[in-house]
Amino acid sequence: MNPIDQGSVKTGRPETIKAVPVRHPGRWAGAVVVAVLAAMLIHALVTNPAFQWSVVGDTLFNDQILHGLLVTLELTALAMVMGVVGGIILAVMRLSPNPLLSGVAWVYIWIFRGTPVLVQLVFWNFLAAIWPKLSIGIPFGPEFVSGSTNALIPVFVAALLGLGLNEAAYMAEIVRGGLQSVSEGQTEAAHALGMSQFQTMKRIVLPQAMRVIIPPTGNETISMLKTSSLASVIALEELYQAGHNIFSRTFQTIPVLIAVSIWYLVLTSILTVGQYYIERHYARGANRTLPPTPLQRVRGMFTGRRKPTTAHDVVPGLEGGGHL
Amino acid sequence: MSDLEKTPADATRAMVRAERVHKSYGLVEVLKGIDLEVKQGEVFVLVGPSGSGKSTFLRCINHLEKINAGRLYVDGDLVGYRQKGEKLYELKDSEVARQRRDIGMVFQHFNLFPHMTALENVIEAPVQVKGETKAAAKERGMALLERVGLAAKAGNYPSQLSGGQQQRVAIARALAMQPKLMLFDEPTSALDPELVGEVLDVMRGLAEEGMTMVVVTHEMGFAREVGDALVFMDGGVVVESGDPREVLSNPQHERTKLFLSKVL
Repeated sequence: MNPIDQGSVKTGRPETIKAVPVRHPGRWAGAVVVAVLAAMLIHALVTNPAFQWSVVGDTLFNDQILHGLLVTLELTALAMVMGVVGGIILAVMRLSPNPLLSGVAWVYIWIFRGTPVLVQLVFWNFLAAIWPKLSIGIPFGPEFVSGSTNALIPVFVAALLGLGLNEAAYMAEIVRGGLQSVSEGQTEAAHALGMSQFQTMKRIVLPQAMRVIIPPTGNETISMLKTSSLASVIALEELYQAGHNIFSRTFQTIPVLIAVSIWYLVLTSILTVGQYYIERHYARGANRTLPPTPLQRVRGMFTGRRKPTTAHDVVPGLEGGGHL
Repeated sequence: MSDLEKTPADATRAMVRAERVHKSYGLVEVLKGIDLEVKQGEVFVLVGPSGSGKSTFLRCINHLEKINAGRLYVDGDLVGYRQKGEKLYELKDSEVARQRRDIGMVFQHFNLFPHMTALENVIEAPVQVKGETKAAAKERGMALLERVGLAAKAGNYPSQLSGGQQQRVAIARALAMQPKLMLFDEPTSALDPELVGEVLDVMRGLAEEGMTMVVVTHEMGFAREVGDALVFMDGGVVVESGDPREVLSNPQHERTKLFLSKVL
């Protein structure tokens, strides 16, 4: 039994392995079950007249719905801007050695994260019930400018305050996690060069924290898009409320809700794809393998390849050490 | 107390002067009274086992750590404090930052900024801290990278460089602030053996140009060859000090002998 005699190639590079892959009969059986269930579902969707698909189609591009869609988009975008900016400020305050700053941030996060966003929305809407008039002036002294609360805080602004201020509390925790993931050596190196606390935060720590902050922020944005439908409780005519106004008139509840849901799905799908590419962008230079694009992921599913490493699997704050 | 009442003027002859420096973390005292003096233009080597306090002492010199007792002067100025009569006043963050500008530091794990290229790492502090123009800083930065033999890697990110190259960039980054004193905290300890030489070569070049350097290292060959003075520390105190060649070849204390028998 000379091992050399066994191989078909005696010299040079050995033959490339062409082994029979492991069979997955369970997968095939499962695929059949899923296919049958899917067929049943599609059949039910198509044949059940209660879905009123023609109404769904008409509702999708109804002016009222499209206007609601625009309001939802505006509300989501502005609330997220408020959330991100507020979150960064709160996170930096929270990590500050100044006990006053970190205390204030702690109390803010405690209140806004600890009460339902629905309650906060209603609260901002009924602010006029507590303070009918808002003014700027010297505390406990004369007022310079004042106005009626209802005029200063229309329903859109109330919704924005409710969603944005609540989001800031969540973003603060996300940003704090990101800032803390940057190794202390980075801060020390910056300080050793004579950089101030502010310069170190802005130039060194925050840019590196972005890699950790971005993925959950995308998640928050998708979540915000749907949570913004809660603004319907204060009668802001966003996407869901627009649908609600239609079906309370026509009583075609199910098809209208389906049309509304389709819009939410379309928007979240766009955001999901966007999130993948932003993640890939910030993973550059830190990861050896970039996370797959959605297309690669779908292709990988069918070719049965193992999922490549994603950004989440990589330990953040990789120090300068080691050579890649 | 008479020792502590010396005026800072007495310290001006030395670049670094430590007088009975103590440092504790909670209840653990890491430095138990360090007295030493680093002269201008000198390569001062600190050796000792891990936990002996040598890195901590180095970090006290640029106030990354606060000392609990004693006095520490750099170029005649009290580090981190201002003394008026008997009273010490803590310096503001901005004043501490100003002191650190003149003290370069090189870390064991390089601590390059991973989101910046080699050149961006080098010009960051001159531009942000000293307010140099980008163009001027880039020109000087390229010259510094040239000097550490890495001009060709100016556009590379730290993750694309070997450990030795990263450490050379880190040295160039520290030099970019034109410091009067350079601190090296085990600069070659995280490197593959074959990459140690290139970093030591750069340090040797610096020493030849007359840079004042305080070096914590386990490279006894470097200490012997380049060092002007050596201190052996253990348990937070200076056990033995003197000329590196003298101490390394003829240690007087048992503890020093034991340590050297293990590392040489």
